[in-house]
Amino acid sequence: MIDKRVASAAEAVSDIFDGATIMIGGFGEAGSPVELIHALIDQGATNLTTISNNTGSGQVGLAALLKAGRVSKVVCSFPRTANSTVFPELYRSGRTKLELVPQGTLAERIRAGGAGIPAFYTPSAVGTPLAEGKECREFGGRKYLLEHGIRADFSLIKGRVADTHGNILYNKTARNFGPLMAMAAKVTIVQVAEIVEPGKLDPESIVTPGIFVDRVVGIANPAHESELVAAGASYP
Amino acid sequence: MTKPPVIGRTREEMAQRLAQDIPDGSYVNLGIGIPELVAKFVPAGRSLIYHTENGMLGMGPAPSPGEGDPELLNAGKQRVTALPGAAYFHHADSFAMIRGGHLDLCVLGALQVAQNGDLANWSTGEPDAIPAVGGAMDLVAGVKSIFVITQHCTREGEAKLVQKCTFPLTGCAVVNRIYTDLAVIEVTPNGFRLVELSPGIDFNFVQERTAAPLLRTPEPIEAG
Repeated sequence: MIDKRVASAAEAVSDIFDGATIMIGGFGEAGSPVELIHALIDQGATNLTTISNNTGSGQVGLAALLKAGRVSKVVCSFPRTANSTVFPELYRSGRTKLELVPQGTLAERIRAGGAGIPAFYTPSAVGTPLAEGKECREFGGRKYLLEHGIRADFSLIKGRVADTHGNILYNKTARNFGPLMAMAAKVTIVQVAEIVEPGKLDPESIVTPGIFVDRVVGIANPAHESELVAAGASYP
Repeated sequence: MTKPPVIGRTREEMAQRLAQDIPDGSYVNLGIGIPELVAKFVPAGRSLIYHTENGMLGMGPAPSPGEGDPELLNAGKQRVTALPGAAYFHHADSFAMIRGGHLDLCVLGALQVAQNGDLANWSTGEPDAIPAVGGAMDLVAGVKSIFVITQHCTREGEAKLVQKCTFPLTGCAVVNRIYTDLAVIEVTPNGFRLVELSPGIDFNFVQERTAAPLLRTPEPIEAG
């Protein structure tokens, strides 16, 4: 019988290893899997490469993972945000490397990785500094850059509700990178506020089919990053 | 002490002027900053559908302070609302709308625009800056029309409309129109063309503040 539930965030992230590449969902605080990230901080894995849209804010969630010195490289489209001070310091001091990727190219690289497509051509970033070193080719008289699909060892994602098969629904704009990252990792770990029995979710409404999901953790009342930052929280 | 007289259009007036040129029913992405003001000035009788690249069509205005959902955000990571008919989608679909040419218009700010339509708006190239690009390069590469809304000159008085950008580019030959405090300018195969002067502004005043030739054919309109 398929049942992808695990008992806790700590158990869900227990096998993340030093040097792992981890996709982390979220656009700003929407969809940021704060409890899974905090469990990863507790777990202790280090020398990580993270793939995410932002680098967190304040001293919680993704920013706390960075501040704890666990991340050697970030692949990211917009690594600064209001209240984002941790990454800028790490970047300026040379302790964390940055691969800057246009947001749509980042999304498509993840999608391609998950879909078994090794590379694709895109018009984004042609003629800009982010085109340096990339193959450029013309199709129909227009220039395109070759970009490579990316995969990861783990994905950490936040959904709203799952069934025990790992079918996932999201909340509003918290969907963002979740469905893509779920496809592109060897092990996809999803925290959700509610877990239901198979059959309770309308098959027509499923956003991420369970085949892309390995572990589901129930976090009934997930923390919101902006509220933690406003309260001056830091983790651990 | 009296304030110096305002010369040219205010930010709100620039946004209002740009909003006149957006056809009814357009799918529109508004960048962060002055571009966001455009939504306040859409003429009565026109309805636009706003796209936000983090995953929604049918974005509505900000909720009352303290209201809203921390997971219903715009691209600037501010809380917004969803209007009737809204749709949520993931990032690959969102950028398929952008890159696939499905959006009609994107309005962006600028550091510099070159006379061939090159845009620089993501980095001043300073070595100490944290590079961050977001969706700007995808938007300019894919959306059908790109309108720039910007002050004509920097705070230091330097021209932002130039022969060739010195800041790192966001995209090559992508800008269609520029709405500034002083004028409305179109990017043509022959360079910048003056479409309209702001009230009380004359051609020479704009040309002196533009670091590339301004074409005048056909005769620009003087806005009243």
